Order: sequence, then C-alpha cells, then structure tokens
Amino acid sequence: MNAELGFGLILVGLLCSVAGAFAGFAAGRTGSEEGWRWTRRLALGFSVAMLLANGVMEYALLTHDFSLKYVAQVGSLASPTYITIVSLWSSLEGSILFWGAVLAIYVIGALVANGTRNTDSMPYAVASWMVVAAFFCFLMAGPANPFWPGPDPVPSDGPGPNALLQNHYLMIVHPPTLYLGYVGMTIPFGLAVAALMRGTLGPGQLALLRTSLLVPWGFLTVGIVLGGWWAYEVLGWGGYWAWDPVENASLLPWLTATAALHAAMLPGRRGTMKGWTTTLVLATFLLTLLGTFMTRSGVFNSVHAFSQSDIGPTFLVFIAICLVWSIVLLALRVDRIEGEGRVTAAIGRESSFLLNNLLFVALTFTVLLGTVFPLLAEAIKGVKVSVGEPYFNRMAVPMGVAILFLMGVGPALPWGQPSAERVRTALIPPVVAAVVTVGVGTLFGVRTPWPVASLFGAGFAGWVTLAALLDIARSGTASRQLRRIGGYVIHGGIIVMIVAIAMSSAFRADEEIRLKTGETVEFAGYSLHYDGPDKVVEPHRQSLVARVSATKDGETVELRPALVSYPSMQQPIGSPDVHSTLTHDLYLSLMQQDPATSTAGIHAFHNPLVIWLWIGCGIAALGTLLTLTPAPRASPAVAPATETAAPAAT
Amino acid sequence: MSPKLYVFIAVALIGGALAFVSFGSLGENLVYYWSPSELAANRDKAVGATIRLGGLVEAGSVSTQGTALSFVVTDGAERVPVQTSEIPPAMFREGIGVVVEGTVDDTGRFTSKRLMVKHDNEYKAPAEGEMPDHDAMFGVVEETR
Repeated sequence: MNAELGFGLILVGLLCSVAGAFAGFAAGRTGSEEGWRWTRRLALGFSVAMLLANGVMEYALLTHDFSLKYVAQVGSLASPTYITIVSLWSSLEGSILFWGAVLAIYVIGALVANGTRNTDSMPYAVASWMVVAAFFCFLMAGPANPFWPGPDPVPSDGPGPNALLQNHYLMIVHPPTLYLGYVGMTIPFGLAVAALMRGTLGPGQLALLRTSLLVPWGFLTVGIVLGGWWAYEVLGWGGYWAWDPVENASLLPWLTATAALHAAMLPGRRGTMKGWTTTLVLATFLLTLLGTFMTRSGVFNSVHAFSQSDIGPTFLVFIAICLVWSIVLLALRVDRIEGEGRVTAAIGRESSFLLNNLLFVALTFTVLLGTVFPLLAEAIKGVKVSVGEPYFNRMAVPMGVAILFLMGVGPALPWGQPSAERVRTALIPPVVAAVVTVGVGTLFGVRTPWPVASLFGAGFAGWVTLAALLDIARSGTASRQLRRIGGYVIHGGIIVMIVAIAMSSAFRADEEIRLKTGETVEFAGYSLHYDGPDKVVEPHRQSLVARVSATKDGETVELRPALVSYPSMQQPIGSPDVHSTLTHDLYLSLMQQDPATSTAGIHAFHNPLVIWLWIGCGIAALGTLLTLTPAPRASPAVAPATETAAPAAT
Repeated sequence: MSPKLYVFIAVALIGGALAFVSFGSLGENLVYYWSPSELAANRDKAVGATIRLGGLVEAGSVSTQGTALSFVVTDGAERVPVQTSEIPPAMFREGIGVVVEGTVDDTGRFTSKRLMVKHDNEYKAPAEGEMPDHDAMFGVVEETR
C-alpha cells in the first residue's frame, strides 16, 4: 500500500514539474497571465506531492513496513525512534526523496516571498525550478526509486542505518541543514536564469535574489560546520577538516555563493557587476550538482556514498545540460542585463569587492582542482593518486588570510573614490589594532608566519567590524539598519572561526598513549589516569568504554572514549570523547583495548580554541538571521549615488 | 588600449600564475596508491615519495617490540616489510586488509606514518585465499580517517 501510494505521489510530482516547466517557459515568452497562474499551480502541485511522499516514507519507516526495499535496508526494530525518523536521509533513495521535500519547501517559500511582484521574470524562474524538480522526480521514478517493493518474503527486521550515522546526535541536524543549503541554491539559480532569459535584473529581482541566496547560504555555512563538528566528535582522528572530497564538495558552492552575495551588493549600489553576479549564482548551482554527484554516485568512497548506486551517469548528463545551458544563456544574454555603472576607483570599497571576488574564485578553482584531479588522473592516465592535505593547506591558507584581511579593508573604505587622506585615516586605527593583536599573540607563543598573519588579519578586520557596529549603535538608528548589522555580525563570526581554525591547526599537540589499568601519564598539562575498561550494552549497539580521569590544576574530569559495535558491522567504530573548554579541547580517541594485558591504546589530542569554531558559526548564523529582516522603508541614508558623485569622470 | 583589454590581460596573468602555482603544488603533494607488486615495479620512483600501500598483513609476520610494530604487507606476489610506531586500530590482525601511508627507503623497507584497516560497512567474510579488492579498499580509507 505504501509502495503504490508513494510511487503514485512521485509520478504526480513528475507530471506537475514537467508541465510546470513547460507552462512557465511559455508564460514567460507570451506574458500570459493564465499561463503564469497555471505555472504557480503546477509548482504547488509538485511541492504538495513531494511533501506527501515524504510523509508516506516516514510513516512506512515508523511502522517498520519492511515490504519496502528502502525500509528493509535502513530500518531496524531495535533503532530508537529518532534514529528511525532520520533514517529517511540515511541512504541514497531516501535522501533524494528528502531532497524533493526540501525543494518543495523552498519553492513554496519563494513563491510566497515574491508575492505578486516580478511577473515578467518569475515564470522563467519557476520554470527553471521545475526543470530541476523534474530531474529529481525522474531519478525517483527510475534509477533511485525509494518506494521499490522489498524482498519477498518480507523480512521481519532490518539492519538499521549506517552505523556511522547512528553514532552521534549531530547526524540528526547536519544532513537536513546541508540539504537546506544545497537544495536552496536552486532558487537563486532559477532567478539568475530568469534574469538572463528576460534580459533584466531590476531592483525587485535583485532583492529576491539576495534573500534567496542568503537563506541557503546561512544553512550551508551551518551545515558545513556541523559536518566538521560531527567528524570531530565521531571519526576520532582529532580534527574537523581533512580536505576530503565530500568536505570539499560542500565548501565549493559555499565559496562561490559567498562571492555572489558580495557581488550582488554592487548592482544595487552602483549598477555594475550584474552579469558577474549571475555567473557566480549559476556556478554555485552547478557546484551543488557536482557536489551531489561526487558524494552520491560512488566515485569517491565516503560515508555519503552508496556503493550500489547507479545514478552517476544520469547525474553527469544533467550537470552537462545545466552547464551548457548556463554558458549559452550567459554568452547570448549577459550584455543585455549589464548596467551602465562602472568601477572607477583603484582603492575604494568597490575594488575591494572585486578583489574579494577574485580571491574567492581563485580559492574555488584550487579546491576544485585538488578535488577532481584524482578522478581526471585515473580517467586519463589510469593511475590511482590522491591529493595530499599539504596541497590544500598551502594554497588555501594564504588566500584565506588575504580574504580575512580584505574583510577589514573593504568595510573600512568608503564607496566611490576616496582621497588618499581619507584612506589613510580609515586604515591607521585597524592597523594599530592588528599590531596589538599580533603582540598579544606573541606573548602566548604564536610566532610562526601564517598564524601571525592570520592574527594580524583578524585584529585588523575585527577592529573594523567592531568600529562599524559601534558607529551604528551610536547613530541611534540601529533598528533601521538591522541588515547592515547582520552583515557585520556575520563578519565577526567568520573572523572568530578563522582564528579558531588557524590556532587549532597550528598548535595542535597529539600523542599515542598506552595505559594499563591504574596507570597515570602526563599529557599537555593533564595527568591522565586509566580507571579501567567498561562494557555498555544497548539494544542497538555495544560499547567498550575506557574510563579515563583527566586532572589539571586540581580539577578532574571523566572522559569515556569508546569502541562501539553495531550488529550491521563486523568491526567496531571509534567513539572519541572530548572535554571542551574556552581555551582548548582535550580529545581522547580509543584505538584499541587489549583484554589480555588490560592495556588501552589511546590517541590523545590537545586542540586549542576549537570551541570558538562552533561559537563563531553560531554568531554567523545569528548575523544571517539579522540580514533577513525586512528592509526599512524610506530610509534617509539611501541615495548612495549622491554620496560619491564627484569622480565619475575618471 | 581600452580598459577592457587591460582587465582581460590582468585576469589572464593572474589566472596563469594561479594555475602555475596550483599545478606545481599539486605535483609535489600527490599521494600514490600502490600494491606491493606495483611498488616493486616502481622502486626507483618510489623512494622518498608519499605512498599508500595496500595489501594483506601476512600471517605470522606481525611482531611488536616496545612501541614499534612491524609486519609484512603482501599481495600474493610481492612482500613489503613495514614498520610503524603507531597504535594499530582495534581490528588490526594477521590476514586483514590494510592500507599504510608513508615512505619507502632504498632497501625496500616501508615506514608507515598512518595505518588503516579495511573497514567495510557491508561486511562479508572473505573466501579462502581471497585478496582485498584494491579499489574498494583505498576508497574505504577516506571514510575511516
């Protein structure tokens, strides 16, 4: 019953999305109001069908309907209810179904947010969303059908989802957050396509584009960090980022989306960079598709890849179609939307935006190169290689520091073409702040070049950000400037995160420790005492726990790193334990536990400032919320053109 | 020259420089995936480079002295002696598929900085004398680290 109902809903979704795509493109060309009305109805039809299909799957999971292949694959009577609920996105077919639900929510949200505006371009946008929707419905109707009937006879129980996904509560929030980021990029993509097809990118379209980029950008930011957090708390190698292909896959669209968000501020201000903004938005969407392909198709083996999947070729074809379509549209139409303005000043806020964009694109290029190079090398020369972390670090660290520094330079400089005097007075205080920050860092032992450079950048950008926030607070118009405040708050969060990344990677200490029960060892200021092993039995798993007391300055904390066995896996997986403080984390990972000699092999890490990565991400998320507040009406501070009208002649 | 041309030249120069630096840095940081046989065939190239070597831990070859662990990785045809001071993962034992990352010296001795054990979600018992699937094994490494 569930199988037929679910599959029927997918077919309804497929029909609605295909029809909606045709109706939208037709309505866009003819300007027919009836056509536009039908486009919206069909888009809503798709959305409702997707949400209902997800409801059917959740019902099937919760009632353990093992007659569905997917439920038989990921369900288990022993799993706690919350694990059963999140099993929806624990394997390929379910995650594509969930993708449909997320797109449905975004489509409804975007239609509501747009209301009755932009009637000339919106049909094209909705049509583009429906093309993407149709592709995913096609996947579900064909190669990745989540409602495929299961084995006969129906099994009485299943293995439960991938053990690595069951091992931590962050797995409940990380995938949906990242999905909200990834899938949400479909909306700005559609708007960019519409702008190009229509040949306009007016203020109304820009406002919607900005919002539709910001929402998924915020989710993507949080999703990426949650993924790192999960890796940190679960995988047991003591870090949160390894330049693994799947991590890079999530970072790439974030980089271009960040560039696009900055670029999108220029058309509204100066009437420039419209074509460039659209290009970045299109690239962002293509990178989300590439990322989904890389993680889902099994070309990279990872926790996200599912070996049986054969959606790879279909996905490649769709990426190729979208790529060609984007390039053709850009080539034919980009001149039509480009505004009249032009960036004039060599040193000013606009040029710092340009430099920012250049850096983000360069960073995207280097990360993309390192990520796909092994695939290319294997396809072309047949050699198996991987790109080592040093490549990424060597390329990304200088660019990251430069971006951090620009985060201060840009907002410090006024729009237009400032005088040399003005530039000097704007830049001297933050330079002083940066030097002081470096000085304080040196006292704490930060003396190697890149960490010092990042402290300099952080001090500089941090000063500018705080000064800007203070200025707004003093002006007494803070309630009218929530969006600007949000932007600076995001910058503040990112600065905190970059400092945390720089310090935790530069000053990490680790040691492999072998401890017999009752023994004590000194590590990074802690004395670690091994109290002995423990065994914990739960219905869905068994854990072998090492009880360790860590004492520092007379205070003792208990850490319990473990090896966890799930019935679906032959081998146990590690489950590290982390003691987080504001200055550092003590991180213990149990490598092995030898019952014969009652010796525990523990990999201990001392990671400074890691907690600030999560805090910084929270600050950035808060800032994103502020930037999404409604724009103030009739602000007196508008009319940026008059502010800097003078030097237009150069 | 028109400003557009200047911009074009500037972008081309920056792009070229970036590509040059990227590819140079890429070439220095490639990690090769090799089996013992491939390693033996590429001995001259292998010394000093970072290599991931995959194969089975030969039965009877594991010995520990203090914190030093040594064993032999084999693919049935060639044998490579490996030494490491790492704590091996819990599942490490004779006969299991492993991937070691490290360098090889000119006597053919492999020093491992990272030892990874084949770690499969969909586990099935290996058939008698079955060798680990090279491709699947290297892929799994991404997951366990």
